[in-house]
Amino acid sequence: MTDKVSENLLLKPSRPVGIVGYGAYVPRYRLPAKEISRIWTGGTGGVPIQEKSVPGPDEDTTTMSIEAARNALARAGIDPEEIRAVWVGSESHPYAVKPTSTIVAEALGVVPFTQAGDWEFACKAGTEAMVAAMGLVGSDMAKYALAIGMDTAQGRPGDALEYTASAGGAAFLLGPAEESVAVIESTLSYVTDTPDFWRREYQKYPEHGQRFTGEPAYFKHISSAAQSYLDATGTTAEDYQYAVFHQPNSKFPSRVAGQLGFSKEQIATGLLVSVIGNTYSGAAIIGLTAILDVAEPGDRILMVSFGSGAGSDAFGIRVTERLPERRDLAPKTQTYIARRTEIDYATYSRMRGKLVLK
Amino acid sequence: MEIPRHWRLKKQRYALVGEVCPHCDAKIFPPRDVCPECGDEAKTLFEFSGRGEVYSYTTLSNAPAGYQASAPYTVALVKLDEGPMVTAQLTDIGEQDVEIGMPVEMVTRKLRSEGDDDRGMLVYGYKFRPMELQQLAAAAD
Ligand SMILES: [Zn+2]
Repeated sequence: MTDKVSENLLLKPSRPVGIVGYGAYVPRYRLPAKEISRIWTGGTGGVPIQEKSVPGPDEDTTTMSIEAARNALARAGIDPEEIRAVWVGSESHPYAVKPTSTIVAEALGVVPFTQAGDWEFACKAGTEAMVAAMGLVGSDMAKYALAIGMDTAQGRPGDALEYTASAGGAAFLLGPAEESVAVIESTLSYVTDTPDFWRREYQKYPEHGQRFTGEPAYFKHISSAAQSYLDATGTTAEDYQYAVFHQPNSKFPSRVAGQLGFSKEQIATGLLVSVIGNTYSGAAIIGLTAILDVAEPGDRILMVSFGSGAGSDAFGIRVTERLPERRDLAPKTQTYIARRTEIDYATYSRMRGKLVLK
Repeated sequence: MEIPRHWRLKKQRYALVGEVCPHCDAKIFPPRDVCPECGDEAKTLFEFSGRGEVYSYTTLSNAPAGYQASAPYTVALVKLDEGPMVTAQLTDIGEQDVEIGMPVEMVTRKLRSEGDDDRGMLVYGYKFRPMELQQLAAAAD
Protein backbone atom coordinates (compact mmCIF):
# COMPACT_ATOMS: atom_id res chain seq x y z
CA MET A 1 0.00 0.00 0.00
CA THR A 2 1.33 3.47 -0.80
CA ASP A 3 1.83 5.95 2.03
CA LYS A 4 -0.91 8.13 0.64
CA VAL A 5 -3.49 5.31 0.72
CA SER A 6 -2.29 4.16 4.13
CA GLU A 7 -2.73 7.67 5.55
CA ASN A 8 -6.25 7.83 4.12
CA LEU A 9 -7.25 4.81 6.19
CA LEU A 10 -7.17 6.95 9.32
CA LEU A 11 -10.40 8.39 10.67
CA LYS A 12 -9.42 11.85 11.79
CA PRO A 13 -11.85 14.61 12.79
CA SER A 14 -11.47 18.05 11.20
CA ARG A 15 -11.88 19.65 14.63
CA PRO A 16 -9.62 17.97 17.26
CA VAL A 17 -11.61 15.79 19.68
CA GLY A 18 -10.81 14.42 23.10
CA ILE A 19 -12.10 12.70 26.20
CA VAL A 20 -13.54 15.43 28.44
CA GLY A 21 -14.66 12.96 31.12
CA TYR A 22 -14.44 9.20 31.63
CA GLY A 23 -15.96 6.79 34.10
CA ALA A 24 -15.89 3.07 34.84
CA TYR A 25 -18.26 0.68 36.51
CA VAL A 26 -17.73 -2.83 37.90
CA PRO A 27 -20.43 -4.51 40.01
CA ARG A 28 -19.35 -5.73 43.45
CA TYR A 29 -19.87 -9.52 43.26
CA ARG A 30 -17.07 -11.91 42.21
CA LEU A 31 -17.31 -15.53 41.14
CA PRO A 32 -13.90 -17.29 41.27
CA ALA A 33 -13.13 -19.44 38.22
CA LYS A 34 -12.12 -22.23 40.62
CA GLU A 35 -15.71 -22.27 41.89
CA ILE A 36 -17.06 -22.78 38.34
CA SER A 37 -14.48 -25.50 37.79
CA ARG A 38 -15.56 -27.16 41.06
CA ILE A 39 -19.12 -27.45 39.69
CA TRP A 40 -18.39 -28.67 36.17
CA THR A 41 -15.05 -30.51 36.31
CA GLY A 42 -14.77 -31.38 40.01
CA GLY A 43 -12.03 -28.75 40.21
CA THR A 44 -9.71 -30.66 37.85
CA GLY A 45 -9.80 -28.32 34.83
CA GLY A 46 -7.44 -25.39 34.27
CA VAL A 47 -9.01 -21.93 34.58
CA PRO A 48 -8.51 -18.99 32.19
CA ILE A 49 -8.75 -16.21 34.80
CA GLN A 50 -8.83 -15.76 38.58
CA GLU A 51 -12.38 -14.46 39.00
CA LYS A 52 -15.12 -12.57 37.20
CA SER A 53 -17.49 -9.78 38.22
CA VAL A 54 -21.18 -10.57 38.56
CA PRO A 55 -23.95 -7.95 38.59
CA GLY A 56 -26.37 -7.75 41.51
CA PRO A 57 -29.99 -8.81 40.93
CA ASP A 58 -31.06 -5.16 40.53
CA GLU A 59 -28.37 -4.30 37.98
CA ASP A 60 -28.37 -4.41 34.19
CA THR A 61 -26.70 -2.64 31.27
CA THR A 62 -28.92 0.40 31.86
CA THR A 63 -28.14 0.90 35.56
CA MET A 64 -24.45 0.18 35.06
CA SER A 65 -24.29 2.64 32.15
CA ILE A 66 -25.92 5.29 34.33
CA GLU A 67 -23.29 4.94 37.03
CA ALA A 68 -20.33 4.92 34.63
CA ALA A 69 -21.77 7.96 32.84
CA ARG A 70 -22.31 9.81 36.14
CA ASN A 71 -18.61 9.23 36.85
CA ALA A 72 -17.72 10.59 33.40
CA LEU A 73 -19.88 13.68 33.96
CA ALA A 74 -18.39 14.23 37.43
CA ARG A 75 -14.92 14.34 35.87
CA ALA A 76 -16.07 16.51 32.95
CA GLY A 77 -17.92 19.04 35.10
CA ILE A 78 -20.23 20.14 32.27
CA ASP A 79 -23.97 20.78 32.12
CA PRO A 80 -25.66 17.54 30.88
CA GLU A 81 -28.07 19.63 28.78
CA GLU A 82 -25.14 20.44 26.48
CA ILE A 83 -24.82 16.78 25.43
CA ARG A 84 -26.26 16.04 21.96
CA ALA A 85 -25.82 12.24 21.83
CA VAL A 86 -26.10 9.39 24.31
CA TRP A 87 -24.99 6.17 22.66
CA VAL A 88 -24.81 2.85 24.47
CA GLY A 89 -22.95 -0.09 22.91
CA SER A 90 -23.81 -3.51 24.34
CA GLU A 91 -24.82 -7.06 23.50
CA SER A 92 -26.98 -7.23 26.63
CA HIS A 93 -29.47 -4.39 26.23
CA PRO A 94 -32.32 -5.16 28.69
CA TYR A 95 -34.99 -4.75 26.02
CA ALA A 96 -35.08 -6.31 22.56
CA VAL A 97 -37.12 -3.26 21.50
CA LYS A 98 -36.83 -0.02 23.55
CA PRO A 99 -33.57 1.85 23.76
CA THR A 100 -31.28 1.63 26.78
CA SER A 101 -29.96 5.05 25.80
CA THR A 102 -33.19 7.00 26.42
CA ILE A 103 -33.35 5.71 30.01
CA VAL A 104 -29.69 6.60 30.53
CA ALA A 105 -30.19 10.05 28.98
CA GLU A 106 -33.22 10.66 31.19
CA ALA A 107 -31.39 9.65 34.38
CA LEU A 108 -28.45 11.92 33.51
CA GLY A 109 -30.63 14.95 32.75
CA VAL A 110 -29.60 15.05 29.08
CA VAL A 111 -33.13 14.78 27.64
CA PRO A 112 -34.95 15.91 25.56
CA PHE A 113 -32.69 17.63 22.97
CA THR A 114 -30.34 14.78 22.18
CA GLN A 115 -29.60 11.86 19.90
CA ALA A 116 -30.10 8.55 21.69
CA GLY A 117 -29.27 5.14 20.27
CA ASP A 118 -28.16 1.64 21.11
CA TRP A 119 -25.20 0.20 19.23
CA GLU A 120 -24.48 -3.43 18.51
CA PHE A 121 -21.33 -5.10 17.26
CA ALA A 122 -20.59 -7.90 19.74
CA CYS A 123 -17.72 -6.68 21.94
CA LYS A 124 -16.82 -3.63 19.89
CA ALA A 125 -20.17 -1.83 20.16
CA GLY A 126 -18.67 0.60 22.70
CA THR A 127 -15.75 1.69 20.52
CA GLU A 128 -18.09 1.88 17.52
CA ALA A 129 -20.11 4.43 19.53
CA MET A 130 -16.90 6.28 20.44
CA VAL A 131 -15.87 6.66 16.79
CA ALA A 132 -19.36 7.93 15.90
CA ALA A 133 -19.22 10.39 18.81
CA MET A 134 -15.85 11.62 17.52
CA GLY A 135 -17.50 12.27 14.17
CA LEU A 136 -20.32 14.26 15.72
CA VAL A 137 -18.00 16.43 17.80
CA GLY A 138 -15.20 16.54 15.23
CA SER A 139 -17.51 17.86 12.52
CA ASP A 140 -18.71 20.59 14.90
CA MET A 141 -22.29 19.30 14.81
CA ALA A 142 -22.25 18.92 18.60
CA LYS A 143 -20.08 20.14 21.43
CA TYR A 144 -20.40 16.96 23.52
CA ALA A 145 -21.40 13.35 22.84
CA LEU A 146 -21.50 10.48 25.33
CA ALA A 147 -20.36 6.99 24.26
CA ILE A 148 -20.77 3.99 26.55
CA GLY A 149 -19.73 0.35 26.27
CA MET A 150 -21.35 -1.89 28.89
CA ASP A 151 -22.33 -5.53 29.21
CA THR A 152 -23.74 -8.14 31.56
CA ALA A 153 -22.46 -11.11 29.59
CA GLN A 154 -23.81 -14.64 30.05
CA GLY A 155 -22.25 -17.96 29.13
CA ARG A 156 -24.17 -21.22 28.94
CA PRO A 157 -23.73 -23.15 32.22
CA GLY A 158 -20.72 -25.43 31.84
CA ASP A 159 -19.54 -23.75 28.62
CA ALA A 160 -15.96 -22.40 28.42
CA LEU A 161 -17.38 -18.87 28.19
CA GLU A 162 -19.01 -19.20 31.61
CA TYR A 163 -15.61 -18.83 33.30
CA THR A 164 -15.05 -15.37 31.85
CA ALA A 165 -18.41 -13.80 30.82
CA SER A 166 -18.72 -10.90 33.27
CA ALA A 167 -20.21 -7.46 33.80
CA GLY A 168 -18.83 -3.94 33.63
CA GLY A 169 -17.79 -1.20 31.25
CA ALA A 170 -17.03 2.46 30.80
CA ALA A 171 -18.41 5.77 29.60
CA PHE A 172 -16.60 8.53 27.71
CA LEU A 173 -17.80 12.07 27.27
CA LEU A 174 -16.21 13.31 24.07
CA GLY A 175 -15.82 17.00 23.37
CA PRO A 176 -13.43 19.67 22.07
CA ALA A 177 -9.77 18.66 22.44
CA GLU A 178 -8.96 21.89 24.30
CA GLU A 179 -11.27 20.84 27.17
CA SER A 180 -10.13 17.24 27.27
CA VAL A 181 -8.11 15.09 29.66
CA ALA A 182 -6.86 13.08 26.68
CA VAL A 183 -6.94 13.85 22.95
CA ILE A 184 -8.01 11.09 20.57
CA GLU A 185 -5.65 11.79 17.70
CA SER A 186 -7.20 9.41 15.17
CA THR A 187 -8.72 5.95 14.79
CA LEU A 188 -8.69 3.14 12.25
CA SER A 189 -11.19 0.32 11.78
CA TYR A 190 -10.67 -3.16 10.29
CA VAL A 191 -13.76 -5.30 9.63
CA THR A 192 -14.56 -8.57 7.80
CA ASP A 193 -17.42 -11.08 7.77
CA THR A 194 -16.15 -13.80 10.13
CA PRO A 195 -18.41 -16.40 11.82
CA ASP A 196 -16.59 -16.73 15.16
CA PHE A 197 -19.38 -16.02 17.67
CA TRP A 198 -23.08 -15.20 17.48
CA ARG A 199 -26.41 -15.27 19.24
CA ARG A 200 -29.70 -15.54 17.38
CA GLU A 201 -32.75 -13.60 18.48
CA TYR A 202 -34.68 -15.13 21.44
CA GLN A 203 -31.65 -17.20 22.45
CA LYS A 204 -30.30 -16.57 25.93
CA TYR A 205 -26.76 -17.86 25.37
CA PRO A 206 -24.34 -17.33 22.48
CA GLU A 207 -22.75 -19.93 20.19
CA HIS A 208 -19.16 -19.95 19.07
CA GLY A 209 -17.62 -21.37 15.92
CA GLN A 210 -14.68 -23.17 17.54
CA ARG A 211 -12.37 -23.03 14.52
CA PHE A 212 -12.86 -19.31 14.11
CA THR A 213 -12.36 -17.79 17.57
CA GLY A 214 -8.58 -17.43 17.80
CA GLU A 215 -6.42 -16.87 14.72
CA PRO A 216 -8.91 -15.80 12.01
CA ALA A 217 -10.95 -13.65 14.38
CA TYR A 218 -9.27 -12.10 17.43
CA PHE A 219 -5.63 -12.16 16.29
CA LYS A 220 -6.18 -11.28 12.64
CA HIS A 221 -8.43 -8.30 13.31
CA ILE A 222 -6.57 -6.83 16.28
CA SER A 223 -3.13 -7.16 14.74
CA SER A 224 -4.29 -5.89 11.34
CA ALA A 225 -6.01 -2.86 12.88
CA ALA A 226 -3.10 -2.13 15.21
CA GLN A 227 -0.35 -2.61 12.60
CA SER A 228 -2.22 -0.57 9.98
CA TYR A 229 -2.72 2.18 12.57
CA LEU A 230 0.97 2.20 13.50
CA ASP A 231 1.96 2.28 9.80
CA ALA A 232 -0.53 5.02 8.92
CA THR A 233 0.60 7.23 11.80
CA GLY A 234 4.29 6.45 11.37
CA THR A 235 4.55 5.24 14.96
CA THR A 236 5.85 2.04 16.57
CA ALA A 237 5.17 0.31 19.89
CA GLU A 238 7.98 2.35 21.46
CA ASP A 239 6.06 5.59 20.95
CA TYR A 240 3.36 4.49 23.42
CA GLN A 241 3.62 4.34 27.22
CA TYR A 242 0.51 2.13 27.41
CA ALA A 243 -1.47 -0.25 25.23
CA VAL A 244 -4.76 -2.00 25.83
CA PHE A 245 -6.38 -4.69 23.71
CA HIS A 246 -9.75 -6.44 23.91
CA GLN A 247 -9.34 -8.95 26.75
CA PRO A 248 -11.53 -12.09 26.56
CA ASN A 249 -8.95 -13.95 28.69
CA SER A 250 -5.39 -13.24 29.90
CA LYS A 251 -3.64 -15.18 27.14
CA PHE A 252 -4.97 -13.51 23.97
CA PRO A 253 -4.11 -9.86 24.76
CA SER A 254 -0.66 -10.81 26.09
CA ARG A 255 0.11 -12.75 22.92
CA VAL A 256 -1.15 -10.11 20.48
CA ALA A 257 0.77 -7.43 22.41
CA GLY A 258 3.97 -9.45 22.03
CA GLN A 259 3.37 -9.93 18.29
CA LEU A 260 3.01 -6.17 17.86
CA GLY A 261 6.16 -5.40 19.86
CA PHE A 262 4.55 -4.21 23.10
CA SER A 263 6.09 -5.25 26.42
CA LYS A 264 4.35 -6.75 29.46
CA GLU A 265 4.86 -3.43 31.27
CA GLN A 266 3.04 -1.47 28.56
CA ILE A 267 -0.10 -3.61 28.84
CA ALA A 268 -0.07 -4.36 32.59
CA THR A 269 -2.12 -1.33 33.76
CA GLY A 270 -5.02 -1.92 31.38
CA LEU A 271 -5.07 -5.72 31.65
CA LEU A 272 -7.92 -6.35 34.10
CA VAL A 273 -9.44 -9.57 32.77
CA SER A 274 -7.93 -11.87 35.41
CA VAL A 275 -9.70 -10.01 38.24
CA ILE A 276 -12.98 -8.89 36.59
CA GLY A 277 -13.44 -11.27 33.65
CA ASN A 278 -14.41 -10.42 30.09
CA THR A 279 -16.75 -7.44 30.17
CA TYR A 280 -17.39 -7.77 26.40
CA SER A 281 -18.30 -4.26 25.11
CA GLY A 282 -16.58 -2.89 28.20
CA ALA A 283 -13.37 -4.92 27.97
CA ALA A 284 -10.92 -2.71 26.05
CA ILE A 285 -12.38 0.58 27.25
CA ILE A 286 -12.45 -0.24 30.96
CA GLY A 287 -8.75 -1.02 30.55
CA LEU A 288 -8.38 2.50 29.14
CA THR A 289 -10.06 3.99 32.25
CA ALA A 290 -7.56 2.18 34.50
CA ILE A 291 -4.74 3.68 32.40
CA LEU A 292 -6.22 7.20 32.55
CA ASP A 293 -6.41 6.81 36.36
CA VAL A 294 -2.57 6.78 36.50
CA ALA A 295 -1.18 8.18 33.21
CA GLU A 296 0.81 11.43 33.05
CA PRO A 297 0.43 14.38 30.67
CA GLY A 298 2.13 13.63 27.35
CA ASP A 299 1.73 9.85 27.67
CA ARG A 300 0.47 8.09 24.56
CA ILE A 301 -1.94 5.16 24.66
CA LEU A 302 -2.87 2.66 21.92
CA MET A 303 -6.27 1.02 22.39
CA VAL A 304 -7.58 -1.71 20.09
CA SER A 305 -11.00 -3.27 20.58
CA PHE A 306 -12.36 -6.45 19.03
CA GLY A 307 -15.89 -7.54 18.28
CA SER A 308 -16.89 -10.93 16.91
CA GLY A 309 -18.41 -11.00 13.51
CA ALA A 310 -15.70 -9.47 13.27
CA GLY A 311 -13.77 -6.22 13.57
CA SER A 312 -11.39 -3.99 15.50
CA ASP A 313 -11.10 -0.26 16.13
CA ALA A 314 -7.65 1.17 16.91
CA PHE A 315 -7.30 4.49 18.76
CA GLY A 316 -4.27 6.72 19.34
CA ILE A 317 -4.73 8.76 22.51
CA ARG A 318 -2.53 11.43 24.09
CA VAL A 319 -2.95 12.54 27.71
CA THR A 320 -3.21 16.31 28.38
CA GLU A 321 -2.30 18.55 31.32
CA ARG A 322 -5.90 18.47 32.53
CA LEU A 323 -5.98 14.78 33.49
CA PRO A 324 -4.30 14.91 36.95
CA GLU A 325 -6.76 17.53 38.25
CA ARG A 326 -9.88 15.74 36.93
CA ARG A 327 -9.30 12.07 37.71
CA ASP A 328 -9.98 12.25 41.47
CA LEU A 329 -13.49 13.63 40.85
CA ALA A 330 -14.95 10.09 40.52
CA PRO A 331 -14.09 6.60 41.81
CA LYS A 332 -11.12 4.98 40.09
CA THR A 333 -11.37 1.67 38.30
CA GLN A 334 -9.07 -0.07 40.79
CA THR A 335 -11.36 1.12 43.61
CA TYR A 336 -14.31 -0.64 41.96
CA ILE A 337 -12.13 -3.74 41.63
CA ALA A 338 -11.15 -3.56 45.32
CA ARG A 339 -14.85 -3.42 46.30
CA ARG A 340 -15.52 -7.12 46.25
CA THR A 341 -17.89 -9.72 47.67
CA GLU A 342 -17.14 -13.33 46.75
CA ILE A 343 -20.15 -15.51 45.93
CA ASP A 344 -20.57 -19.24 45.30
CA TYR A 345 -22.14 -20.92 42.28
CA ALA A 346 -25.54 -21.31 43.95
CA THR A 347 -25.81 -17.59 44.74
CA TYR A 348 -24.59 -16.81 41.22
CA SER A 349 -27.28 -19.03 39.68
CA ARG A 350 -29.99 -17.27 41.65
CA MET A 351 -28.67 -13.78 40.94
CA ARG A 352 -28.24 -14.35 37.21
CA GLY A 353 -31.63 -15.99 36.72
CA LYS A 354 -30.18 -19.36 35.70
CA LEU A 355 -32.78 -21.23 37.72
CA VAL A 356 -36.11 -21.73 35.98
CA LEU A 357 -38.81 -21.25 38.61
CA LYS A 358 -41.91 -21.69 36.48
CA MET B 1 -41.01 26.91 29.67
CA GLU B 2 -43.40 24.99 31.89
CA ILE B 3 -42.01 21.54 32.63
CA PRO B 4 -44.62 18.80 32.31
CA ARG B 5 -45.51 16.92 35.46
CA HIS B 6 -44.60 13.43 34.17
CA TRP B 7 -41.14 14.61 33.29
CA ARG B 8 -40.65 15.90 36.82
CA LEU B 9 -41.81 12.59 38.24
CA LYS B 10 -39.34 10.65 36.14
CA LYS B 11 -36.52 12.99 37.19
CA GLN B 12 -37.55 12.48 40.78
CA ARG B 13 -37.48 8.71 40.44
CA TYR B 14 -34.21 8.34 38.49
CA ALA B 15 -32.06 11.04 39.99
CA LEU B 16 -33.49 12.59 43.18
CA VAL B 17 -34.55 15.85 41.58
CA GLY B 18 -36.72 17.83 43.99
CA GLU B 19 -37.34 21.49 44.59
CA VAL B 20 -35.85 24.37 46.54
CA CYS B 21 -38.00 27.07 48.11
CA PRO B 22 -37.13 30.50 46.64
CA HIS B 23 -38.39 32.17 49.83
CA CYS B 24 -36.74 30.24 52.69
CA ASP B 25 -34.27 27.97 50.82
CA ALA B 26 -35.81 24.75 52.21
CA LYS B 27 -34.96 21.70 50.06
CA ILE B 28 -38.06 19.71 49.14
CA PHE B 29 -38.36 16.00 48.23
CA PRO B 30 -40.52 14.62 46.79
CA PRO B 31 -41.44 17.77 44.84
CA ARG B 32 -44.87 19.16 45.81
CA ASP B 33 -44.67 22.77 44.49
CA VAL B 34 -45.51 24.16 47.94
CA CYS B 35 -42.89 24.69 50.65
CA PRO B 36 -43.61 22.59 53.75
CA GLU B 37 -41.65 25.09 55.87
CA CYS B 38 -43.14 28.47 54.91
CA GLY B 39 -46.19 27.47 52.84
CA ASP B 40 -45.19 29.57 49.82
CA GLU B 41 -45.04 28.37 46.23
CA ALA B 42 -41.80 26.47 45.50
CA LYS B 43 -41.29 25.22 41.92
CA THR B 44 -37.56 25.72 41.41
CA LEU B 45 -35.91 22.38 40.49
CA PHE B 46 -33.10 21.20 42.73
CA GLU B 47 -30.90 18.15 42.21
CA PHE B 48 -29.95 16.51 45.50
CA SER B 49 -26.38 15.29 46.04
CA GLY B 50 -27.77 11.80 46.68
CA ARG B 51 -25.82 11.53 49.92
CA GLY B 52 -27.30 10.96 53.34
CA GLU B 53 -27.40 8.57 56.27
CA VAL B 54 -29.61 5.74 57.48
CA TYR B 55 -32.15 7.17 59.94
CA SER B 56 -33.91 3.84 60.53
CA TYR B 57 -34.38 0.57 58.64
CA THR B 58 -36.22 -2.74 58.48
CA THR B 59 -35.57 -5.98 56.63
CA LEU B 60 -38.45 -7.54 54.70
CA SER B 61 -38.50 -11.24 53.93
CA ASN B 62 -42.05 -11.28 52.52
CA ALA B 63 -41.95 -8.89 49.59
CA PRO B 64 -45.03 -7.28 48.04
CA ALA B 65 -46.12 -8.24 44.50
CA GLY B 66 -43.52 -7.29 41.91
CA TYR B 67 -40.63 -7.33 44.37
CA GLN B 68 -40.42 -11.07 45.23
CA ALA B 69 -37.30 -11.61 43.14
CA SER B 70 -35.24 -9.36 45.41
CA ALA B 71 -36.49 -10.63 48.83
CA PRO B 72 -35.19 -10.50 51.47
CA TYR B 73 -34.23 -6.84 51.28
CA THR B 74 -33.76 -3.85 53.53
CA VAL B 75 -35.82 -0.70 53.37
CA ALA B 76 -34.44 2.40 55.06
CA LEU B 77 -35.55 5.86 55.98
CA VAL B 78 -32.64 7.94 54.65
CA LYS B 79 -31.99 11.46 55.89
CA LEU B 80 -30.51 13.33 52.92
CA ASP B 81 -27.59 15.73 53.57
CA GLU B 82 -29.84 18.58 52.41
CA GLY B 83 -32.51 17.75 55.00
CA PRO B 84 -35.46 15.80 53.60
CA MET B 85 -36.20 12.20 54.56
CA VAL B 86 -36.63 9.53 51.83
CA THR B 87 -37.82 5.93 52.04
CA ALA B 88 -35.88 3.58 49.77
CA GLN B 89 -34.41 0.13 49.40
CA LEU B 90 -30.77 -0.41 50.37
CA THR B 91 -28.59 -2.33 47.92
CA ASP B 92 -25.00 -3.63 47.58
CA ILE B 93 -24.79 -4.13 51.32
CA GLY B 94 -22.23 -6.92 51.01
CA GLU B 95 -21.05 -8.31 54.31
CA GLN B 96 -21.58 -5.15 56.36
CA ASP B 97 -24.32 -4.79 58.94
CA VAL B 98 -26.76 -1.98 58.31
CA GLU B 99 -26.52 0.56 61.12
CA ILE B 100 -28.35 3.73 62.12
CA GLY B 101 -26.20 6.66 61.01
CA MET B 102 -24.47 4.67 58.24
CA PRO B 103 -23.48 7.00 55.38
CA VAL B 104 -25.19 6.05 52.10
CA GLU B 105 -25.38 7.35 48.53
CA MET B 106 -28.07 7.18 45.86
CA VAL B 107 -27.79 4.78 42.92
CA THR B 108 -30.25 4.12 40.11
CA ARG B 109 -31.26 0.47 39.98
CA LYS B 110 -33.93 -1.85 38.63
CA LEU B 111 -36.82 -1.73 41.10
CA ARG B 112 -39.05 -4.37 39.53
CA SER B 113 -40.52 -5.76 36.34
CA GLU B 114 -44.15 -4.85 35.84
CA GLY B 115 -46.28 -7.98 36.06
CA ASP B 116 -43.28 -9.76 37.65
CA ASP B 117 -42.40 -11.72 34.51
CA ASP B 118 -40.08 -11.36 31.52
CA ARG B 119 -42.63 -9.47 29.41
CA GLY B 120 -43.46 -6.43 31.51
CA MET B 121 -41.85 -3.02 31.52
CA LEU B 122 -38.76 -2.60 33.69
CA VAL B 123 -39.13 0.04 36.38
CA TYR B 124 -35.94 1.86 37.36
CA GLY B 125 -35.52 4.12 40.34
CA TYR B 126 -33.34 5.19 43.23
CA LYS B 127 -31.94 2.98 45.95
CA PHE B 128 -29.14 3.71 48.41
CA ARG B 129 -25.89 1.86 49.05
CA PRO B 130 -23.14 2.21 51.69
CA MET B 131 -20.51 4.90 50.88
CA GLU B 132 -17.94 2.15 50.47
CA LEU B 133 -16.10 3.36 47.36
CA GLN B 134 -15.11 6.57 49.12
CA GLN B 135 -13.83 4.59 52.12
CA LEU B 136 -11.83 2.26 49.88
CA ALA B 137 -10.37 5.21 47.94
CA ALA B 138 -9.35 6.94 51.19
CA ALA B 139 -7.75 3.71 52.46
CA ALA B 140 -5.75 3.34 49.22
CA ASP B 141 -4.28 6.87 49.41
ZN1 LIG C 1 -40.14 28.04 52.08
